[in-house]
Amino acid sequence: MRHTIGVLVENQPGVLSRVAGLFSGRGFNIESLTVAETNEPGLSRITLVTMGDQHILEQIIKQLNKLINVIKVYDFRDTEFVEREMALIKVRAEQHTRAEVLRIVDIFRAKVVDVSPHFYTIEVTGDDGKIQAILELLGQIGVVEVARTGKAALARAKKH
Amino acid sequence: MKLTGAQIFFECLKKEGVEIIFGFPGGAILDIYHEMRNHPIRHILVRHEQGAAHMADGYARATGKVGVCLVTSGPGATNTVTGIATAYMDSVPMVVFTGQVPTPLIGNDAFQEVDIVGITRPCTKHNYLVKDVKDLARVIREAFYLARTGRPGPVLVDLPKDVIQSSTEFRYPKAVHLRGYRPTVDPHQGQILRAWELLKTAKRPVFYAGGGVIISSAHKELLRLAERLRAPVTTTLMGLGGFPAVIKNDKGQRVLHPLWLGMLGMHGTFRANMAVQNCDVLFAIGARFDDRVTGKISGFAPKAKIIHIDVDPTSISKNVVVDIPIVGDCKKALQQLNELAGKEPIANVDEIRTPWLEQIRQWRETYPLAYKQEKEGIKPQFVVEKIFELAAEDAIITTEVGQNQMWTAQYFHFTKPRTLLTSGGLGTMGYGLPAAIGAQAAFPDRLVIDVAGDGSIQMNIQEMITAVCHELPVKVAILNNRFLGMVRQWQELFYSKNYCATCLDASPDFVKLADAYGAVGLRATKPEEVEPVLREAFSTKRPVMIDFWVNPEEGVYPMVPAGKNISEMLLV
Ligand SMILES: Cc1ncc(C[n+]2csc(CCOP(=O)(O)OP(=O)(O)O)c2C)c(N)n1
Repeated sequence: MRHTIGVLVENQPGVLSRVAGLFSGRGFNIESLTVAETNEPGLSRITLVTMGDQHILEQIIKQLNKLINVIKVYDFRDTEFVEREMALIKVRAEQHTRAEVLRIVDIFRAKVVDVSPHFYTIEVTGDDGKIQAILELLGQIGVVEVARTGKAALARAKKH
Repeated sequence: MKLTGAQIFFECLKKEGVEIIFGFPGGAILDIYHEMRNHPIRHILVRHEQGAAHMADGYARATGKVGVCLVTSGPGATNTVTGIATAYMDSVPMVVFTGQVPTPLIGNDAFQEVDIVGITRPCTKHNYLVKDVKDLARVIREAFYLARTGRPGPVLVDLPKDVIQSSTEFRYPKAVHLRGYRPTVDPHQGQILRAWELLKTAKRPVFYAGGGVIISSAHKELLRLAERLRAPVTTTLMGLGGFPAVIKNDKGQRVLHPLWLGMLGMHGTFRANMAVQNCDVLFAIGARFDDRVTGKISGFAPKAKIIHIDVDPTSISKNVVVDIPIVGDCKKALQQLNELAGKEPIANVDEIRTPWLEQIRQWRETYPLAYKQEKEGIKPQFVVEKIFELAAEDAIITTEVGQNQMWTAQYFHFTKPRTLLTSGGLGTMGYGLPAAIGAQAAFPDRLVIDVAGDGSIQMNIQEMITAVCHELPVKVAILNNRFLGMVRQWQELFYSKNYCATCLDASPDFVKLADAYGAVGLRATKPEEVEPVLREAFSTKRPVMIDFWVNPEEGVYPMVPAGKNISEMLLV
C-alpha cells in the first residue's frame, strides 16, 4: 500500500539524511520526498510517500518518532488530508500541435511558463491522478522532459 | 572569562562527573591532549581505538555510568565504529569524542578527514558535528543526556580542530531542551491494570527478561514479582544477572533458584524453551524478541498472550505482535505491578502453580544442561564451571564471541546485575578483553575475568599491554580449542564437516605472549590442572592470561538450528 507521511523536523544539517537513512537502512523505498521550511523559524516539513503494509508503516512511524531532530510525525492514514504535487512538463509544440497543447493546458488549469519555437514548458499542480492524466495526454503529442516536485501534504483543518 | 574549546571540553566532563577517559591521540585532537595536564582526569591510553570504545562500553555496563572515549580524526575515528555499533546494539550509554579536521577543510578530502558523523549515523543514538565553539558546551551536555536517558546508547561528538582552539565564554546549560526528544518512562496506568488482570489469571506464566531489566536496575522488583506470583523466569543473554540463577540453601550450598529456567533461545535450556512454548502468558520485560531468542517467529510462544514492557516503542510489536504493550521504564512498571500484587495477593498461589512448576521440574530433570568431564582432555564447560565455583559473587565476567560466550552463559550462574558484560546484539569478537579492562578500571578491587576463545582473543590482544601499564589485573581465560569453534560447529552440523577456514592450528604461544606483555602466563592441559591454575590466577594482583587446552571438537548444546521453533532443539 502507498502511504503519505508528514514529518516536522528541526532544520539542521544531516536531518534529511537521518530520515532518508531510516528507509535505506531497512531496505524500504521512498517514492517521493519534499522538504522545505515552514512558517515557524528553524522547522522544516518533510512529506514523503512510501510503500509497505501496515506493519512496515507502523515501524517507519515509530522509528521516525525516535529520531532526536524529529518534532512530530503525521500519519495520514486516519485523517483527511490534502496533497498536491507540481510538475514542469516540456512538450513538443509545433505549428499543428500548439492549439491542442493549449487546449489541454486549459482543461487542466495548467500554465504555459516558457515558450520557444518548438517547445512549450507547462506548469501543472494537482494530485497524483491529475498529473498522470495530463502527462498521458501530452505524451501523445510529445513530452521531452518532466520534473516533478513530489507531494506536499497537510491534514485538513477541522470544519467546526 | 573566555575559555578555549579544549578547556571547555574538560569543564564539561567535570560537570558530568567523568572520572576516566579511554583514548588515543592524534593531530586533530592534540589541543585536548595538551590541555589534559591541567585536569585531574584519568586517561587510559589504549593501543587501538576499537579497544578504547570497548573499554568505555565495559566501564559503562559495569557501572551504569556513561563511558567516554576520545580519539583523533580519520582512522582514529573509523577504528571506533565496531565499538560504537556494539554499544548501540546493546543500548550502552557512551559518549565518543572524535577529532576532526578544521572546519574550512571539511569536505575537501583533507589529510585524515573522514565523515564520521555520516558513517556512524545508523549506529549511534544521535551524533553531532560541532561547527562553532559557542555550541560546544550545549552539545556535550546534550550528548551525555541523550546517552543515558530513555533507551541508552552511544552518542558521537565530532570536534573540528579550529573549534577546540577557539575561545568563548563558558556556560554550562542547566537544562536540556530537545523538542523532539521526550522518552516515555511512566507506564500507562490502564495497560498496567490490564497486564495485572492477565498475570493474575494465568495458569502457566513465564517471565522473559532482557537487558532492559539490568539497564533500569529492576532486578529486585523482578525477583519480588516472580516470587509473589510463583512465576518461572528466563532471561536473554543480555538479561543474565537480572535474576539470581542460584541461591544458598539452609546448608549454605549454592543451588538453582527454584523459579530459574536458565537462558532461552538458540542455546537456551530445554526447560526454558519448553516453558515458553507451552506458557499461557508470556511477560516480556525489557527484551526485544531477538531472532536468536525466538527462532522461527511464527512458532514462538504459540499458546501465549504476550505482555511487553519496553522504554523504546519501536521494540514493541516489531518482531512479535503483543497483546498488552507497555511503553515505559521496566523498574517503574514492575513497581506498579508489585503494588497491585500487594493489594490483592492471589489466594493459594502455591497450589495453583504446582502443576506448572512440577512440569518444569520434569523438563529440567529430563534434559539438564550437562557435559561429561572425562579423564583425558579438558572440557571447556568444566573450566567455566570451575571459574564459577572459585570466583567471588561480585566477580565481573566478560566474554568474547562464540562457544566461549555460550558456555559462559550456560555454566556460570549469574546472580547479580552488571556482572556479565558480553556483546549480545552485534556479537563482536574482540570485545571481551577491552571490556574487562574498562570494568577493572571502574572496580580495581573486584575480580574481572574475560572468558575468551583462541580466535577472538587475537582480535584485540594488543590491549594486554594497556592492562599491564595501568595495573589493571584482569584475568583472561582462553578456552583454546584450536578452532573458530562456533563456526566450526555450524560447519559440522550444517555444512557436512567442511572445516574451511576455521582451523587455527597456528596460534602464538599465549603463555610466552603474556610474558612478553609483562603479564603472567599460565597453562592447563589436564583436567586436574584447571583448579590450581585458576586459584593461582585469582590470587595474583597482576594481569594473567591462562591458556586452557580444551577438547577441540566440543559443541554447544542444546542448539536450535536457525529457522526452527525453539522447542526443536538438538540436545547433544
Ligand atoms: C569480528 C567478528 N568476526 C567474525 C565473527 C563470526 N564468528 C562468530 S563466532 C566465531 C568463532 C569464534 O572463535 P573463537 O574466538 O576461537 O571462539 P570459540 O567459538 O572457539 O569459543 C566467528 C568467527 C564475529 N562474531 N565477529
